Amino acid sequence: MALRLPVYMDNNSTSPCDPRVVDAMLPYFTEKFGNAASRNHAFGWQAEEAVENAREQVAELIGASPKEIIFTSGATESNNLAIKGVASMYRKKGNHIITCVTEHKAVIDPCMRLERDGWKVTWLPVDPLGRIDLQQLRDAFTDQTILVSIMAANNEVGTVQPIAEIGAICKEKGVLFHTDAVQAAGKIPLDVQKMGIDLLSISAHKMYGPKGVGALYVRRKDPRVRLDAAMDGGGHERGMRSGTLAVTGIVGLGAAAEIARKEMPTESVRLKAMRERLRVGISSQLDYVEVNGHPTERLPGNLNLSFGFVEGEGLMMGIKDIAVSSGSACTSASLEPSYVLKALGADDERAHSSIRFGIGRFNTDEEIDFVIQDVVRAVNHLRDMSPLYEMHKAGIDLKTVQWAAH
Amino acid sequence: MAYSTKVLDHYNNPRNVGSFDREDPVIGTGVVGAPECGDVMKLQIKVNKSTGLIEEARFKTFGCGSAIASSSLATEWLKGKSLNEALEIRNTSIVEELALPPVKVHCSVLAEDAIKAAVRDYQQKQGSDEPAAVAVIG
Repeated sequence: MALRLPVYMDNNSTSPCDPRVVDAMLPYFTEKFGNAASRNHAFGWQAEEAVENAREQVAELIGASPKEIIFTSGATESNNLAIKGVASMYRKKGNHIITCVTEHKAVIDPCMRLERDGWKVTWLPVDPLGRIDLQQLRDAFTDQTILVSIMAANNEVGTVQPIAEIGAICKEKGVLFHTDAVQAAGKIPLDVQKMGIDLLSISAHKMYGPKGVGALYVRRKDPRVRLDAAMDGGGHERGMRSGTLAVTGIVGLGAAAEIARKEMPTESVRLKAMRERLRVGISSQLDYVEVNGHPTERLPGNLNLSFGFVEGEGLMMGIKDIAVSSGSACTSASLEPSYVLKALGADDERAHSSIRFGIGRFNTDEEIDFVIQDVVRAVNHLRDMSPLYEMHKAGIDLKTVQWAAH
Repeated sequence: MAYSTKVLDHYNNPRNVGSFDREDPVIGTGVVGAPECGDVMKLQIKVNKSTGLIEEARFKTFGCGSAIASSSLATEWLKGKSLNEALEIRNTSIVEELALPPVKVHCSVLAEDAIKAAVRDYQQKQGSDEPAAVAVIG
């Protein structure tokens, strides 16, 4: 089969809808269009049944009970609702939150807003592989701590945090534990009971579902978690999230969750094999290639590499038939390189030289081989043009050079 | 971000990539930028001592496509120019020629700085018998 270009390898950004998800959704646009809150006619009942089915599908993916699933517009809303909702509801109990520096902006920014509004936030650092230190977590608790929010897996470098251990510590301290599981859900096993998770954010579009829909798991017992709602209105979703349910999207999320749960054992093995094929294929042909993030405790489909002496955006331009992401500053308007890579202790140059490959369900070995070949060609092309590579080859230590900083 | 056709052309077919011997007295070398900023440009000029004109130019650049294109274009423009004419090349002309978006203007500034640094280096090598160039790096 001929290779179709461009190759999509940015599945940590978003993933295509699985055709089976689309099939499940289609009837809910047209003939089954009812409002799930219409309790007095068949159209409403049909929609409600679909929503409740999706609730079960999502709950089963993470070992929760269906009543603990709140549907939202996506993980940004789920994270905001969890963090601000807990902060507001438990304000009298305490004003301290513990989180981590490599969190997604949808966790960092709500925490920063709370900081401005008088809450105290502890920002835990990470080690060079991207994991928090459990002793530092223990030491961060105060008698004011009401919430710990640590992501399950990182979106840039793919590092998986020791979630069960964090959950156990939070249980021991009697503090609520929220995890942003956007990247992890459907990719690695998650169990809110075994892992001691009280709140968990999910997005549909990262696991082959539609954009614009997500969920928040909110524990109902041991302890019963309460939240101050962000939106007031019809009192949907146990009063935590008012607004007519997006039935079609919710059906899609449910279908995506069920497929992910059933196929995870085989899919994770397949993605990991492709990831290793890509890593070995590239690093056997190029020198000065470094893996960012954890070598083993990482998402099966995520590979983040830094290519020494080559700038990330320049490289992306050279591999225009491959859709990937870069930690380079040049891809953002801010001109600041990736804060995640910097938090791992990478210097700015390494951050500028990074490319994130997000391998997903629909990638093939043939595509991996094309990517290997194309990346190697582009890196060699750029190194031929790179003054840094030339200086390095001439034996100059780049760290000792006095740069005319721009 | 969509790149202009000209940026893509310079990126895919860079002009005058390479290096001259920086110890050679007829060579002026300018290295500007820093790896941690994501851009380093090395620009070199070869000056004909009898005519005072730039005979050839070479570059090597670490950076994004716009940085590579800016320096590649600069080497084309430098060829055949006198040192004073070279110093008159403005970053705004590079922006215009390559249709750089506002977020990439710094690439053109870097190229202008590299030209000035190369001319200054050449003039310093020649000693006081050449007029001192006004060179700004930063």
